[in-house]
Amino acid sequence: MLTAIIILTLLATVFGLILGYAAIRFKVEGDPIVDQIDNVLPQTQCGQCSYPGCRPYAEAIASGEANINQCPPGGEATMLALADLLGVDPQPLGTEHEAEPEATVAFIIEDTCIGCTLCIQACPVDAILGAAKQMHTVIESECTGCELCIPPCPVDCIVMQPVKQTAQNWKWPYPIHTLEARK
Amino acid sequence: MIRQLFQYKGGVKLPEHKQQSTRLPIQKAALPQRLTLPLQQHIGTPSTPIVEVGDSVLKGQMIAKAASLISAPVHAPTSGRVIEIGEYAIPHPSGLKAPCIVIETDGNDAWCDHRKPVGDCHDYSPDQIRDYIRNAGVVGLGGAGFPSFLKLTLGNDRVVETLILNGAECEPYITCDDILMRERPLEIIKGLMIMKHALVAKNCVIGIEDNKPEAAAALRGAIKELAVEVEVIEVPTRYPTGGEKQLIKILTGKEIPPKALPIEKRVVVHNVGTAAAVYRAICLGEPLISRITTVTGALKKPANYEIPFGISAAELLAQAGVEESSVERIIHGGPMMGFSLNSVEIPLIKTSNCLLVTDKKTVPLLDKQQAHACIRCGSCADVCPINLLPQQLYWHSRAKDFDKVQDYNLFDCIECGCCDYVCPSQIPLVQYFRFAKTSIWQAEQEKKQAELAKERHQFRQLRIEREKAEKKARHKAKAAKVAANNSENSDKKQAIEDAMARVKAKKQQAAEASPEKPESGGNT
Amino acid sequence: MQLNTPSSPHIHSGDQLSQLMQRVLWALLPAITLYVVFFGWGIIVNILIAVLAALTFEAIALRLRKRPLGSNLGDFSAVLTAVLLALALPPLAPWWLLVVAVFFAIVFAKHLYGGLGFNPFNPAMIGYVVVLISFPREVTTWLPPEAISGESISFVGALSATLTGTLANGINPDAISMATPLDHLKTQLTQNHVISEIIHDNTIFGQLAGSGWEWINLAFLVGGCWLIYKKVIHWHIPVAMLASLALIAGVFWLIDSERYASPLFHLLSGGAMLGAFFIATDPVTASTTNRGRILFGIGIGILVYIIRSWGGYPEGVAFAVLLMNMLAPTLDYYTQPRVFGRGRNS
Repeated sequence: MLTAIIILTLLATVFGLILGYAAIRFKVEGDPIVDQIDNVLPQTQCGQCSYPGCRPYAEAIASGEANINQCPPGGEATMLALADLLGVDPQPLGTEHEAEPEATVAFIIEDTCIGCTLCIQACPVDAILGAAKQMHTVIESECTGCELCIPPCPVDCIVMQPVKQTAQNWKWPYPIHTLEARK
Repeated sequence: MIRQLFQYKGGVKLPEHKQQSTRLPIQKAALPQRLTLPLQQHIGTPSTPIVEVGDSVLKGQMIAKAASLISAPVHAPTSGRVIEIGEYAIPHPSGLKAPCIVIETDGNDAWCDHRKPVGDCHDYSPDQIRDYIRNAGVVGLGGAGFPSFLKLTLGNDRVVETLILNGAECEPYITCDDILMRERPLEIIKGLMIMKHALVAKNCVIGIEDNKPEAAAALRGAIKELAVEVEVIEVPTRYPTGGEKQLIKILTGKEIPPKALPIEKRVVVHNVGTAAAVYRAICLGEPLISRITTVTGALKKPANYEIPFGISAAELLAQAGVEESSVERIIHGGPMMGFSLNSVEIPLIKTSNCLLVTDKKTVPLLDKQQAHACIRCGSCADVCPINLLPQQLYWHSRAKDFDKVQDYNLFDCIECGCCDYVCPSQIPLVQYFRFAKTSIWQAEQEKKQAELAKERHQFRQLRIEREKAEKKARHKAKAAKVAANNSENSDKKQAIEDAMARVKAKKQQAAEASPEKPESGGNT
Repeated sequence: MQLNTPSSPHIHSGDQLSQLMQRVLWALLPAITLYVVFFGWGIIVNILIAVLAALTFEAIALRLRKRPLGSNLGDFSAVLTAVLLALALPPLAPWWLLVVAVFFAIVFAKHLYGGLGFNPFNPAMIGYVVVLISFPREVTTWLPPEAISGESISFVGALSATLTGTLANGINPDAISMATPLDHLKTQLTQNHVISEIIHDNTIFGQLAGSGWEWINLAFLVGGCWLIYKKVIHWHIPVAMLASLALIAGVFWLIDSERYASPLFHLLSGGAMLGAFFIATDPVTASTTNRGRILFGIGIGILVYIIRSWGGYPEGVAFAVLLMNMLAPTLDYYTQPRVFGRGRNS
C-alpha cells in the first residue's frame, strides 16, 4: 500500500516536472489565433461574409460565431486552410460559391465616369484615384476585386474584369491525363 | 596535363540525332519583310521602347533600352521602319502575347553610324567592357537568356579561378553551338579572351561533349593560332551535362548550391555562342541582332540558320522546306526541355536555339495522355541529376500538397526531363513539377497581395479614425470658443449670429437660383 | 497547321510498365521449373488458378471503378501478384484457398486503396496472411519433395487434388503431406530437441537447408540477381535483408549451434529468397530512397529472424514485409538523399 502511494507520488512528480519543463521549453510564441486566421483570409475586405472586413470575420471565427465557409473570394483553398489551422472538419462551400474563384479587378469606364467620388469612399483599400468632378481610375495592382465600389456608382461605369494573363503570371496547367491508357 | 574529371549522379544517355543538321554549313536566313521584336528576350525586366511608330531605324540601332539592372536592350536587326508597337504572341509555353516592336524591313540592311569597334580590349577597363557588352544587348545564348554583363561582374571576393565556356550542347538534335565552334572558332576564342579580361580570370576552360570531335579540333586550332592559354576538355556525352551546374561539377568537382551563383564558388560559365557575340560586340561593334538557330527534324533542308531576331518561325520553316501536312509538333528548343508551339506565327528571339519539327515518323514522341499509375520504381530518382526523389515530388504535386512538395526540395528541380524520359509509366512528371512550382509562386504572389491589401485597409481605417477624431476635436474647440465668447460678450455673439443668419439666407437663395447639382447616390 | 502542345520532354526511352512486370515474371521461371522438378505439377495448377482468379477480380474491380480494362489488365501487375501468391501457398492447396487469397490481394489490398500504385501494403502478402490466419491447417500442409514421399504428382493428379481434395489415384494429399523444414525444426525445438539430432533424424533436411527447398531458393537467388543486372530492382533491399538475416542468425548460431539454426539454413529456407528479391522489392510498398531501402531490408531481415525463432509462426517473411511496409513512408521522408549542391542537413 505504502509503496504504491510512494511510486504513484514519484511518478506524478516526475511527469509533472517533465510537463512543466516542456511547457517552458516548447512554449508556443504564437500569434493569437485571430491574427493567424486573418493571415489566411484573402484580405479583399469585401464583406461578403457578412462581416465588415476580413479582421472582423477572423474575430467571429475565433469566437466561434461564424463558420469557416463564408469567404467567397478565398474559395475552397481558404476554407481548407482554415480547417487545417483550426483543426476542424472542412465545411462545404455554398452552392453559389465557386471552388476556385476567378481573380478580377475593377475597371472604370472613363467615358462614363462623372467624378462623384462615391466609389473612392467605398473602396476598402484606397485603390481608386481621383478627385471630385475628375475622372477616377483604379490602381490595378492594388485592387482586391471586392466589388464594393460597384453598387455606389450612380452611372454604373465600373465593371469587373479578369486579371490579365501574361507570360509572367501564367500558370502551368495541371496535367490532363488519366490513369489509363489506350482505350 | 590530363585533368581529372568528376561525375555528377544521374543523367541519361540519349539518342543524339545531331548529324542531320550538321551536313550543311551555316545558312543565312533570307531577310523577311517584317520583324517582330519582343521587348523581353531575356530573363529580367522587359526593355522600354525608345522609338515610336513611324520612326525609321537602321541596322544595329537601339530600339528599346534596358529598363533595370537585370534587363537587356533590343536593337534593330536590319534597317526599316517601325510600323507598330503592340502585343504579339511570343515564344513561351503559354502561347500568350507580350509587347513587341514590329519593323517593316527596307531591304537595304543599312548599318547605323555609331558602330565603334573597340579593337584591343586591353585598352579598356573591365568596367568599360561590361558597359559595352550591356549596351550591345548580349544575353546568354545557351537558352536561358540571362544578361551576360551580369555574369561578367565580379563577386564579393573579386576572384574568378575558372572561366568555363560551355560547348557541351547535350540536348539531342541541337547543333547550333557545334556548328559555331566548327566554323567560327576564332570568334569564340577571341570572345573568351575578352571575357577573361573583364573577369580577370585565372584559367580558361572549354568543356565539349566527346561527340563533337570536329568542334574540339577547330577550337584547338584557333587556340594555337592565337597562341593563348585555353584548355579544351572533352567530357563524356551524357544528358544534362550542358547544364551550367552539371558542367561545373564535371570540370571542377564543385557543387553550386541551389539559388547560388557560380561566381560564389569562383567559377563563371558562359555559352560558346555568347563568347562569339561578345567578340562581335567589342571587336566589330555589332550589337546582338542575330544568332545561329538549328532548324531540324521533319524538313527538306535541316541545317543551322543565321537568323535576324524577330523573324517568324513560319518564315524560317518555309525556308528550311517544311511539309505542313505531316507536321505534328514544332518544338522551340530541344526535345528534352523545349516547349511546343501552338502557332508558327511567333518571332524567334535571342534564346531561340532550335526549332525541331516532328512528324509521326521522325521523332519517337510520347503521348503523355497515356500515363499509367506510378509504381514508385525509382527509375526517376536514379537518373535525377539533382538527386531529388521525383516519385515523391509527383505524389505530392498530384495531391496539390504544396507544403510537402517543398519538403522534398521541389525548387531545386531544373526541369531537365530525365525522370520523364525513363518513367516506365510515362507520367508527365515535369509538367506536374511545373504546375506545382507556378502554383506556389502564384500563391506567394496572392499572399503578398493580401498583405498589401491588409496594410492599405488598416491604413484607411486609421485615416478615417483620425479624420473623425480631428473633426471631433475641431467641433470641441469651436464649441469651447463659442462658450467662452458667450460668457464674455453676448452682444458680440448676437451680432455674429445675425451675420451668420444673413449669410445662410443668402446662400439658400443662391442655391435655389443655381442649376441643379449632380444628384448623389442616385441608384441607392 | 494544327499543332500538338504537350509539356517537355518530348521524347521517351520507351520503357514500359508491362515490360518491367514481365521481366519479374521471367525471373521467377527458374525457381518455378525447379519447383516442378522437386514437388511435381502442383505449383503449375496453383499458378493457373491464381492467375485466372486474379484477372477475373481485377477485371471486376476495374469495371466497378470505371477504369478501362485493356491497359490495366495488360500491365501484368495482377498476374505478378497471383504468381507470387501461388508460390507462397502450398501446392495441392484447395482451389478456394487460392481464390480467397487472390480476392483479398486484388480487391482489398489493391483496389480498395485506389488501385496499382496506391496500396500501402504488399497485396500478395495481405492475401497470404489472410488465408494463413483464417485457414492455418490448409496453408501449413506442404508436400514433401517427391523423392521423399515417393509419390510423383502429375498435372492431372494435381488438378484433381486441388479441385476435389484427392489425387487422381485416390490418395488423399493429407496422407503424404508433412511439415515444412522450418515448421518441423520449430516444433522439435520447442520439445527440447537439439538441432543436430533433429536434422539427423529427418530426410526432409538436405545438404544446406530443406531438401529441395534449398535448390528452389538458390533459383530465386539467380532470378533475383538477373533482375538486379537488368535494373528492374535495386540491390539494396535484398542485400540488406539477407545480410541482416544471415548476420543475426550467425550470431545466435555461434552462441549455441544446437538451439539456433545456421545462417545458411535461414537464408535457404522458407520464403527468404523469394521474399528478398521478389516480395520486399515490390516498389509500390517498399521504401524508395537508397538509404531507406537498406533500412527497410535490414528491418525485414531482423523481423524474419525474430518471428522464425521466437514468434508463433514458423515463417515470418510475410509479416515482416507487411510490418516494414507501414514504416516505408516514414523511412522515405527521413532518408532523402543529399540534394545536389546542398549539405546533408539542409
